[in-house]
Amino acid sequence: MTDAARVDPKLLDILVCPLTKGPLEYDRERQELISRQAKLAYPVRDGIPIMLPEEARNLDE
Amino acid sequence: MLVFDRAAVRRNRDRAAPDWPNHDFLVAEAAERLLERLEEVRRSFPLALDLGCHGGTLAPRLLGQTGVERVVQCDLSPAMARQAATNGQPALAADEEFLPFAPESFDLAVSLLSLHWVNDLPGALLQLRRALKPDGLFLGVMLGGDSLHELRASLILAESELRGGAAPRVSAFAELRDLAGLLQRAGFAMPVADRESLAVTYADPIKLLRELRGMAAANALIERPRGGLRRDVLARTFEIYAERFGTSEGRLPVTFEFLWAVGWAPHAEQPKPLRPGSAAARLADALGSAEQGSGVPVVPPDKH
Repeated sequence: MTDAARVDPKLLDILVCPLTKGPLEYDRERQELISRQAKLAYPVRDGIPIMLPEEARNLDE
Repeated sequence: MLVFDRAAVRRNRDRAAPDWPNHDFLVAEAAERLLERLEEVRRSFPLALDLGCHGGTLAPRLLGQTGVERVVQCDLSPAMARQAATNGQPALAADEEFLPFAPESFDLAVSLLSLHWVNDLPGALLQLRRALKPDGLFLGVMLGGDSLHELRASLILAESELRGGAAPRVSAFAELRDLAGLLQRAGFAMPVADRESLAVTYADPIKLLRELRGMAAANALIERPRGGLRRDVLARTFEIYAERFGTSEGRLPVTFEFLWAVGWAPHAEQPKPLRPGSAAARLADALGSAEQGSGVPVVPPDKH
């Protein structure tokens, strides 16, 4: 993974789930930001977090 | 009530993203005016949020100004966020109505020509205020109700002539009188709202339409009719536009109204208005004059 594709660490510090405002876990392997409370995994594409619920993967499925 | 189709707002922006640098003149103009306003605030804002960043026009201009060290760029459109990230500052896609930021994250939040597409403006402002550190500044500008009034009037006339009725083809905008109240309701201290008018002229209608699409300002009203404008309606619209508003050089003038919103996240040390009657000094002393009664007697006069 190149540096450009990494999420800015400062950005990771301040991001929360847009629906629950709860904490997120960064899964570097899958490039996802996981909200356990909302049961959603938000994708990270080329280092850009896509914090849109309609783009997130449902963790129940 | 939902006014805007957010999926359509996103689609318009996704489509406009690849060619953004060729169509960012209005956002660039708003950016220059924002920097002028920021210069007057003698404060340092290390971490800034650009909400509705479009293709990243503002961040390079903001860096270094008033101590800004980093700009988090946020847009509803992932394609716009990707375009913005090419300027080297961090970017993400998020909805203004569902902000993904922890409380007290930013020293400064700015927003250029995006918040007029939001359905829940009070909710967006509330979330913005919470994302600011105490004494953090919000400075935003959105398009006001006077914007594109020439185009709207011409469209309505053309549609009623040719179709016997008119549909809303150009978006509704916020009004200045609502804005300061909304800021206050969202918990901002010292809220201020004001307006500016910007006059632009275009050589011809095709250039104007291309520009509106290029800046992702195409219609996103939920109640908009299916399908595009009929060709004859469009042609008649621009005939009326030229007759009624055209300049003597044959150009088309276009008005954009900028509504500015300023507010501070509350902090204990900010100045606050005192309670009435709590003054410790007399106004007459400050003015160096003798205090005179209002003429209304407090004690009934003696009746002799």
